[in-house]
Amino acid sequence: MNSFSWDWEAAGEAFPVLLRSFVEITLLLTVVGTIIAAVLGLIWALALRELPTPIAKVLAWVLDVIRMTPLPLQAFFLYYVFVQLDVMTIAYIVLGVHYSTYMAESYRAGIESIRKGQWEAATALSLPKGRTWRAVIIPQALRATLPSLGNWSIAMFKDTPFLIVIGVAEMVTQARRFGANEFTYVEAFTIAGLIFLAASYPTAVLMRRMEKKLAY
Amino acid sequence: MELLESLLDAWPQLWSGIQITLGLSLGGAALAFAVAVVLGLGAISEVAVLRGISRVVVEFFRGTSLVVQLFWLFFVLPQFGLRMDSMLTGIIALGLNYGAYGAEVVRGSLNAVPKAQWEGTTALSMSWVTKMRRIIWPQAWALMLPGLNNLMVMLVKGTALALLIFLHDLTFVVDNLRRTEGTYFAFGVGFALYYLISLGFSSILRALELRAQRKLGLKPTRAQTTKATAGAVA
Repeated sequence: MNSFSWDWEAAGEAFPVLLRSFVEITLLLTVVGTIIAAVLGLIWALALRELPTPIAKVLAWVLDVIRMTPLPLQAFFLYYVFVQLDVMTIAYIVLGVHYSTYMAESYRAGIESIRKGQWEAATALSLPKGRTWRAVIIPQALRATLPSLGNWSIAMFKDTPFLIVIGVAEMVTQARRFGANEFTYVEAFTIAGLIFLAASYPTAVLMRRMEKKLAY
Repeated sequence: MELLESLLDAWPQLWSGIQITLGLSLGGAALAFAVAVVLGLGAISEVAVLRGISRVVVEFFRGTSLVVQLFWLFFVLPQFGLRMDSMLTGIIALGLNYGAYGAEVVRGSLNAVPKAQWEGTTALSMSWVTKMRRIIWPQAWALMLPGLNNLMVMLVKGTALALLIFLHDLTFVVDNLRRTEGTYFAFGVGFALYYLISLGFSSILRALELRAQRKLGLKPTRAQTTKATAGAVA
């Protein structure tokens, strides 16, 4: 039986490899995924309010199904259906669409937090609907929604390794490869975990502060 | 009809996958709940050391990503000489990760119980156990259920990582079924089954929530729920 040992040399070799895939793949996935999710989420939230009820109900159900089924299964599905797309594109779509369903809920909560008087004032001034949303409701709703969106983005960041199933070369995939090649997993996985922690903990604290600051 | 026949043919495979997925979900949820309650109570303890330990453990398991934890348990622990079977490894990884998220929900809900309620228990010099059991917990319980509900659905989705530690869970079976039955059939069935499983757990927790509210005459809004969950999983 091989006894446990921490090999600094292996750790030294693993660190730059992992850090590189972290910056080049994991962060890229998070940023692009967040942008897609934030835009789609807002579209869903507006559509749920503005579309005729039967269509809105169907949309709400579809969003529920996406939210309640696993990311790896969704990734596999897109991977086999869109064989012509590269895995990074599939990864952006899966992360973006999956988390847009959560962000839509956050936007909805933000929109619902707008007091009725704001709507009534917009009507009294006979602002057109588009203008009411753009100039009155969304700017205020966003204030209440931003910390929530940030939190979902952090959650997405920690879910990027789920995409290991379709072979996206993110950090944990690299760590597993490294471990298999060098016959030692402890250094690679420990470092990968610490990099995640080092990135997500300060961001989460920042979001908590922002939440307090933006709350009224 | 042809569809029904394919489904009947595939059912034994699917059922074995469902059993693994359900086993991981139930085992993971039970462990996660225990972890969440212990760490959540620890986080509001009056003893600074307990608070500190809870904080560190929660932040560690929230921050390091489920997949890393799963691989660490599966690949690294055997190097310590500790070998567990895949099912147990999966349950422990899910339980620790979602337990840490749950601890945030428990802590937040306990803190959300109005201060006067806490002060009242002190004024009546209630013991800690009586205070929790009779006054604080029932109120916090109603507040935490919506958050736990969201986490339960996330935990069910998290079980789909089981194939990474060589378990033949529902996702594995669906991926296999694709080879013989085609992509759309296999994944259609897969999405439907996961949706039903998630919906099942979600409905049970929703029923518990309604019961808890009925007992208290409380009604938390959907907006609070979403915000609280986003805060917990970040």
